[in-house]
Amino acid sequence: MKEFICTVCPRGCRLKVDEVTLNVTGNSCPKGTEYGKNEATNPLRILTSTVLIEGAIHRRLPVRTDKPIPKDKLFDCMKTIHTYKEKSPVKAGQILIKDLAGTGANLITSREM
Amino acid sequence: MLEYDLVVIGGGPAGLAAAIAAYENGIEKIVILERDVELGGILNQCIHNGFGLHRFGQELTGPEYATRFINRLTETNIKVMLGTMVLSLNSDKQITCVNKTNGLFIINAKAIILAMGCRERNRGPIGMPGDRGSGIFSAGSAQRYMNINGYLVGKRVVILGSGDIGLIMARRMTLEGANVLAVSELMPHSNGLSRNIAQCLDDFGIPLYLSHTVTEVIGKNRIEKVVISQVDSNYKPILGTEKEFNCDTLLLSVGLIPENELTRSAGIPIDFRTNGAIVYDDMQTETDGIFACGNVLHVHDLVDYVSAESEKAGKNAAEFIKNGYISNDRKSAVTIKNGNGVGYTVPQIAVIDRVEKGLEIFFRVKAKSENSVIEVSSENGKIASFKREFLAPGEMERIVIPKKLLADVSENITVSISGGAK
Repeated sequence: MKEFICTVCPRGCRLKVDEVTLNVTGNSCPKGTEYGKNEATNPLRILTSTVLIEGAIHRRLPVRTDKPIPKDKLFDCMKTIHTYKEKSPVKAGQILIKDLAGTGANLITSREM
Repeated sequence: MLEYDLVVIGGGPAGLAAAIAAYENGIEKIVILERDVELGGILNQCIHNGFGLHRFGQELTGPEYATRFINRLTETNIKVMLGTMVLSLNSDKQITCVNKTNGLFIINAKAIILAMGCRERNRGPIGMPGDRGSGIFSAGSAQRYMNINGYLVGKRVVILGSGDIGLIMARRMTLEGANVLAVSELMPHSNGLSRNIAQCLDDFGIPLYLSHTVTEVIGKNRIEKVVISQVDSNYKPILGTEKEFNCDTLLLSVGLIPENELTRSAGIPIDFRTNGAIVYDDMQTETDGIFACGNVLHVHDLVDYVSAESEKAGKNAAEFIKNGYISNDRKSAVTIKNGNGVGYTVPQIAVIDRVEKGLEIFFRVKAKSENSVIEVSSENGKIASFKREFLAPGEMERIVIPKKLLADVSENITVSISGGAK
């Protein structure tokens, strides 16, 4: 049995999901069932962070993945992000790293700088 | 002496949206005064995603959300003065400011929009005991150090308060290699969004101690240890429930306070419930031609609501400049009162004659409830009711009372909560 807080709405139902049958309990609406199943089988997250940038007004450039990545890949992605350096100027939405840590997602800038 | 039609104080999300809305409603001579080196305000350091779901139908990061408004601004001829600090303003709409190029200077305005935002509550007001070693930060300043300046402020971290900034920083510091040992929350529930509890704490196995507070901070130079204790129903620590954490950093996420020194300097009345100015339905304060919007008025949960509210202020400021309408005519104004279960409302006063289709009221409830009814009554009895499945103090509520129901109201409107249990 896995437990999650449902994030679909502010109510924050405490869901219990059976890992074998994927039966969801504790939800108040059908959306909770779907959320619970996804969280139990393939939880995905957008990763946001910063990279070092030279010659800009700040020392860090905000970045994000351009699509959600598996939750268990977050720290692998951070290892790559930590070693990356960029030079100003960059455009908003510019791709910095393709296929970040084998996730299939690209690392893109969140702003120009 | 400079002359502008509209001066917007603050270039964060509120100021940007207000200035653009005023411009789009026909005002040309607008200036935004911003003390930082760039526009965007606190959004620049909020690099996480989740902004703009209501407004743009997608989850943007803070910088992305700000960029949308800044790009729109560059298409206008709104003037921006960066690195400019406003020192005072008065009820004649005279603003005293200072910057590196002009020195000390005065701007005369036909209208002013207050959009200064809020700041974090710190150690003093919560009466936190213990040593005063370094390593104690407000969550937002740690966020700025981390995301703008590139400093991880500590390696072993305890967080007091489960507000959203604290939760976001728990995740952020964990991803950057710090060990977040605990989040301690005085209340029996978190004030953060449930999605942040899930994605910032549960995802990383960070424990949340509800009904716990910091009772000792140890460390003369750098802090070395933080002690938290469980509290009883009166928020008094219970002896014998102490838990010790060996840590080098304590982050405080214990509330936000609207930054209203300038508002007070102009003699504009403040509502003690919101810590922001008292405003009319058009976002105008008790001083003619001075409007307020965003977190300087009341602390919002979502920037999307800040933008919407600020556009309203901008549009009405434009009307004021163009037509100089008699806005604060007290004879036709009604007071909006807080009834049972309501913590505050914005606006606090409404001029019914001026309301177009309906009167929009934002408010917060005092306690969680389910299947409740929001009741609106006047001196003549009940005028409207709105059903809600779920109400919580952490979620701002919005109702719109149709104008036709307000026809007979002459003195006051009361918003209250009835029914519901939890």
